[in-house]
Amino acid sequence: MTWTSLAQAVYVVAAVLFVLSLAGLSRQETAKRGNVLGMVGMVLALAATVALAADQSERPVAVTLTLTAAVLAVGASVGLWRARSVEMTQMPELIAILHSFVGLAAVLVGFNSYLTEPQDPAHLVEVFLGVLIGAVTFTGSIVAFLKLSARIKSSPLTLPGRNWLNLGALVASAGLLWWFLASGSVLPLILMTVVALALGWHLVAAIGGGDMPVVVSMLNSYSGWAAAAAGFMLSNDLLIITGALVGSSGAILSYIMCTAMNRSFVSVILGGFGADGGSAASSGDVTGEHREVRADEVARMLADARSVVITPGYGMAVAKAQYPVADLVARLRAQGVEVRFGVHPVAGRLPGHMNVLLAEARVPYDVVLEMDEINDDLAATDVVLVIGANDTVNPAALDDPGSPIAGMPVLRVWEAAQVVVFKRSMATGYAGVQNPLFFKENTAMLFGDAKEQVEAIVREL
Amino acid sequence: MRIGVPRETRPGERLVAATPRTVGQLVDLGYEVVVESGAGERAHLGDEAFTAAGARVVGADEAWAADVVTAVNPPAASDVARLTPGATLVSMLGPAAHPDLVESLRARGVTALALDAVPRISRAQALDVLSTLSNVAGYRAVVEAATELGAMFSGQVTAAGKTPPATVFVIGAGVAGLAAIGTAASLGAQVRAFDVRPEVGEQIESMGATFVQAAQAQQEVSADGYASALTAEQEALTRAMYAEESARADVVITTALVRGTAPTTITADMVAAMKPGSVIVDLAASGGGNCELTVPGERVVTANDVVIVGATDLTSRMPQHTAQLFGTNVVHLMALLTPGKDGVLVLDLDDVVQRGMTVAHAGETLWPPPPVQVSAAPAAAAPAPEPAQDPAEVERAAAEQRRLRSRRRTVGATLAAVLVVLALSFSPPSVVGHATVLILAVFVGYYVISHVSHSLHTPLMAQTNAISGIILVGALLQIGSDDLLVTVLACVAATVASINIFGGFAVAYRMLAMFRKGA
Repeated sequence: MTWTSLAQAVYVVAAVLFVLSLAGLSRQETAKRGNVLGMVGMVLALAATVALAADQSERPVAVTLTLTAAVLAVGASVGLWRARSVEMTQMPELIAILHSFVGLAAVLVGFNSYLTEPQDPAHLVEVFLGVLIGAVTFTGSIVAFLKLSARIKSSPLTLPGRNWLNLGALVASAGLLWWFLASGSVLPLILMTVVALALGWHLVAAIGGGDMPVVVSMLNSYSGWAAAAAGFMLSNDLLIITGALVGSSGAILSYIMCTAMNRSFVSVILGGFGADGGSAASSGDVTGEHREVRADEVARMLADARSVVITPGYGMAVAKAQYPVADLVARLRAQGVEVRFGVHPVAGRLPGHMNVLLAEARVPYDVVLEMDEINDDLAATDVVLVIGANDTVNPAALDDPGSPIAGMPVLRVWEAAQVVVFKRSMATGYAGVQNPLFFKENTAMLFGDAKEQVEAIVREL
Repeated sequence: MRIGVPRETRPGERLVAATPRTVGQLVDLGYEVVVESGAGERAHLGDEAFTAAGARVVGADEAWAADVVTAVNPPAASDVARLTPGATLVSMLGPAAHPDLVESLRARGVTALALDAVPRISRAQALDVLSTLSNVAGYRAVVEAATELGAMFSGQVTAAGKTPPATVFVIGAGVAGLAAIGTAASLGAQVRAFDVRPEVGEQIESMGATFVQAAQAQQEVSADGYASALTAEQEALTRAMYAEESARADVVITTALVRGTAPTTITADMVAAMKPGSVIVDLAASGGGNCELTVPGERVVTANDVVIVGATDLTSRMPQHTAQLFGTNVVHLMALLTPGKDGVLVLDLDDVVQRGMTVAHAGETLWPPPPVQVSAAPAAAAPAPEPAQDPAEVERAAAEQRRLRSRRRTVGATLAAVLVVLALSFSPPSVVGHATVLILAVFVGYYVISHVSHSLHTPLMAQTNAISGIILVGALLQIGSDDLLVTVLACVAATVASINIFGGFAVAYRMLAMFRKGA
């Protein structure tokens, strides 16, 4: 038995633990166990790796171990500090920046692997691909982070011929790969890294803020593929397995998000959605009179209702209205009103974003339902509160084949007896589409800051 | 335009088609309102109150001569003669039961809108006077029954012993039936109720009654939302149940009216089997009565001491509220007919609500209206969609498309497999081994993740994010290199990767701890 074979054996255990961890996360009841299993797997893998690193060290073992300990200490303190202090509304940003770290690590590991290992062609291809994916993930995630944290504008960047630019970058990379294989020199690798960094930047810059759930899960997938590619160049099966798990997980999440918006993955990636002024104008002829209500009237409506459904959207996260909403729900439930939430799959800026926000505000998860679970019940609902959602409750998606969001599954809130829409103004949603819901007879608008309005309702109750 | 509100002439009628409050709303719509002197006095609404609300109090002839006349009951022949040709009459008309009245209105050249012929669609509920009147009648029926019954509705336990609650059996869970159920239940009675439409069982239970079902008896709701008559076979099945329920009840309230006519539900034999002192209130008395022994407008006491209340004026016995609700229905109709809010009546015969109510217009009889497809009826009642297309044809086309798609998929998968085989057979053995692991892991990931609950997507992402920090393993192994550059790069890589691991796991843990199940 050598250190290497022992480490390999531990890696197998860790890989199994990772699979079990993800399987556990598929249900609320087992999710916490899944989380812990993942941590255990990671601890085992790292312990084996440290032992292996000490064994293989070309420097004095003490130096290597000290460096390792220092690095882990820095990583642990920064990571735990961020995880502890982050606000749930900022979760999308945190996840995006963490993805960029994986991308950066993949690039650096790739360069190191090139510098330290023998240069046979297969290895060179692996290094090249690893660095390419890592670099795209790195800059793509940084742009996503900047957009999500509103440090740059979230509207899509539409350069002329943007699809050709992307294609050109890929063709250039292929040419550089050929040069790299032929010469084995570091120059084409560096050039390709620059091209890939630009490509990642441009890819995500071209995608509008409304499509961020797809982008974040797509980057999640990329970070997995980057890890898998690193596994190939280092001949490490644990990296390959883990990377493939993460990669397919992210890909599935992206696919779920795309289905929820009735858009093909390609069209999201190619970007530019929500920027076409023409599409917004074509549906701009939906007009009519909307009816306004005041908070005290809504309070009376709610007190008289037997069943209430709340459909939250990104606006609720922006206004941080989840706490008063949770308070409202608790009060109504105490009065015997049946209150449930209907969450659209792409509500928010991250898959499952609304669920996390509501959980943070201590809303029990069993009253938070998915679109498909609640849609058929909406017709029997007395009052629906639409808080900061717009496109996800737009009847035009079903009624108007010319609408840019035509065919997207939406929450059919207009079937309820009464709809109250919380909104700051009559502006359109992310898709830039006017919402005929606002002009329906059974819809009333409650303008103003969602948090203040919900608090006012709670006071009235 | 001018709206006239005449005094009702039917004996015993205490209602009026407008109240001072609704007069104000009509004035807001741009109309001038004239009210016949004394029109509201039996509903405790004096002429001064109407004047104060903006109406002018006038004589009967002037009220009937207005451009729009709104009344509660169908006009007598003498009143029809007082209408101005070309004027509009808004009133209950009973067009199905009174074809002669419809004919006389047509001959007079007036536009007649029947308030009792509103299509039963959600949009038209605001102007449906039948719902309004039924609601009041259902309430009053319970009050009448309570007056006649020599017992308390609620069960009581006192120092002097206990009394059982009254048992009330309600037949028909329309608006009147549901109102009766709610009122009786709130007085403390045990309420049992039946309706031929099984889907209203939920509504019955929601009002606090027990839904009684007869074996197998079912009825489809017709397209316009009214119940249709039972078939003989169905009736036979329900009769036994009626007998059983009425024999144990202290109060029976019948509300079965199908298009103005009352089917017999309680036979003389069933009445004979009821307990002495029990009460039947027949809300369908105006249509002849659901009970065989009902005499419309009379209180009957049978040989075995059962009281049968056949009153037809229950709504008139509560004139204050009834007139107010009725008047509001009229206001809603006028608002619909006055799109410009300028006091000019515009009749839009393309609107199903207005078309359904119009029985005569411009010298033509428009009754009965074409059938309306309604939301009130369950979807099953609607005819199959797109009857133009043969369903078998559609099915075949879909199958064809599925077959094509599955063939395309097979071809694609085969091509991909061939490519993978080719690529791998030209690769060094170590790569093949890694590729095997990769491909299997992708499939494991696919099956594991496909079942993730939607609410856990964010924690899942944080967790996978942490796990992808496994790239730290690669970086750690490179730290020990004797090349300084490699060590530095590896240290940077390891630092960011470990931030990822610790941050990702911790934040996933924090989120999961927040999820909690409701009590």
